[in-house]
Amino acid sequence: MLVVDISRLSKSFTRGKRALDNVSLQVREGEMVALIGASGSGKSTLIRHIAGLLRGDRDGGKIEVFGEVIQQNGRISRGARKVRADIGVVFQQFNLVSRLSVLTNVLTGMLGRVPAWRGSLCLFTKAERMRAMTALKRVGIDGHATKKARNLSGGQQQRAAIARTITQGARLILADEPIASLDPASSRKVMNTLDRVNREDNVTVIVSLHQVDYARDYCTRTIAMRDGEVVFDGPSTELTPEFLRELYGEYSSELFAPTPEAIPASGEAAKKDLAYVTS
Amino acid sequence: MNSSISTSAATAADLPPRDLKRSGISFLLWAFILGLLAWSWEGADMRPMALIENSGNMVDFADGFFPPDFLMWKYYVSEMWITIQIAIWGTALAIVCSIPFGILCSENIVPFWVYQPVRRLMDSFRAINEMVFAMLFVVAVGLGPFAGVLALWIHTTGVLAKLFSEAVEAIDPEPVEGIRATGANGLQEVIFGVIPQVLPLWISYSLYRFESNVRSATVLGIVGAGGIGMVLWEYIRAFYYAETAAVMIIIIISVSLLDMISQRLRKLVT
Ligand SMILES: Nc1ncnc2c1ncn2[C@@H]1O[C@H](COP(=O)(O)OP(=O)(O)OP(=O)(O)O)[C@@H](O)[C@H]1O
Ligand SMILES: [Mg+2]
Repeated sequence: MLVVDISRLSKSFTRGKRALDNVSLQVREGEMVALIGASGSGKSTLIRHIAGLLRGDRDGGKIEVFGEVIQQNGRISRGARKVRADIGVVFQQFNLVSRLSVLTNVLTGMLGRVPAWRGSLCLFTKAERMRAMTALKRVGIDGHATKKARNLSGGQQQRAAIARTITQGARLILADEPIASLDPASSRKVMNTLDRVNREDNVTVIVSLHQVDYARDYCTRTIAMRDGEVVFDGPSTELTPEFLRELYGEYSSELFAPTPEAIPASGEAAKKDLAYVTS
Repeated sequence: MNSSISTSAATAADLPPRDLKRSGISFLLWAFILGLLAWSWEGADMRPMALIENSGNMVDFADGFFPPDFLMWKYYVSEMWITIQIAIWGTALAIVCSIPFGILCSENIVPFWVYQPVRRLMDSFRAINEMVFAMLFVVAVGLGPFAGVLALWIHTTGVLAKLFSEAVEAIDPEPVEGIRATGANGLQEVIFGVIPQVLPLWISYSLYRFESNVRSATVLGIVGAGGIGMVLWEYIRAFYYAETAAVMIIIIISVSLLDMISQRLRKLVT
């Protein structure tokens, strides 16, 4: 079954320059797909289009999720809000409400499913609260349920965001650089969590990543973007350093986690900064 | 030591060239301000000499205030309570109305054709002073505190809705998008995404408005809208200066006390 079906989607924020350029791709149920590309290549933009949070250009592009049209020809369709209840989004900046407790944040995942009046008054049933707690337990932060979201570390916040999508009962998780601001240990925890949700619940996952190593470790399929275009769509094993250099030229180094060899380069940058300050 | 280092560093640097255009503009600005003051002199009937010529009268007048006459203090205090109660209800009703109006004034929440008219309505609530509203409501609902409550309610709604909407326009959009992505409806986006972010500021603004409403309520009585102002006005008109002084002292003490309490509370929330 097709979960995501994008055909000829383009997006220009400003005239003449396309952030997404004629993107077509399909994702089937149960896949875990990596979306890679340098900064500004359009990963976030694509993910926000799939979630129906952004509208594409009016040139015939179309996105279907679970067979329902979410947007077509630059218009968000009427049923988009209903489809959104099946899509869980995990953002780079966590997008939790920092003053609310972790549990309440996770419970907001239920909003698309419970009657509007009850959700608006924050009246959740015992079963719904239990469901949220179970989700928190699965991502390993049930001990922090009553803390305010802003008092959690980045990695914990990101796992709370994943718990929100689990509570939501999402059949598709869109994760936009969920580990970009995390240290390696937290990154692994977050990726492991996504991986478990994908395998145990058969939830389809599309995750955008900066670093190719994670794509190779966790996803069998990778979609690579450059300047708004899909330039590669295939097995992650094909992403050898040579191939990446071919795809991205000098930018390819940006797509790897800093390795010991990369440190001299950053030292260079630091020297440049110093030169700027002293001049 | 330190200073010698810093001065030698300063002499090493060149002064920026004098900007003729900017000094020209500041000259014109000063000329304009002085011209404005001169032009208003006559209209405002400025007679500084009168203060000196009538100084004898002024001393007599001031003399009448001392010693303040607290014989009826219980009455003053109960009227002061009424004034505070007017402010409580006027502010409370205004807060309740300012929440929806404030959100409907925010350009990041509602479209142009909603926030423009709502903003204009709030502007008009704000543009007209409480005293004017009080006079109108005294005619409509009769003399007494209720007219004062209604007057404060309308004017404060105009003020708070604007302050509330400014807080809403400064929120982080990401958490709201996070809520939207769960399939929540528009109202739920506001309840779970917007209000938690602005609540501390809203509370602080509301308390601040309460303070200034207590002050306003003390004069509402002058147009017949109840409370201590009514007492004050009657004493002034009857030349009972000793009693006037007592009432003013009570007002000063209670307003300062409330200001202090409310400031403490405001510090707590932000
Ligand atoms: N709201 C916006 N308004 C104008 N231009 C935008 C907007 N959002 C994104 N863009 C532009 O679209 C292009 C793609 O941006 P996008 O955020 O999708 O890149 P990305 O691949 O997610 O990059 P990063 O790795 O830095 O997050 C960029 O050139 C960006 O400047
Ligand atoms: Mg991005």
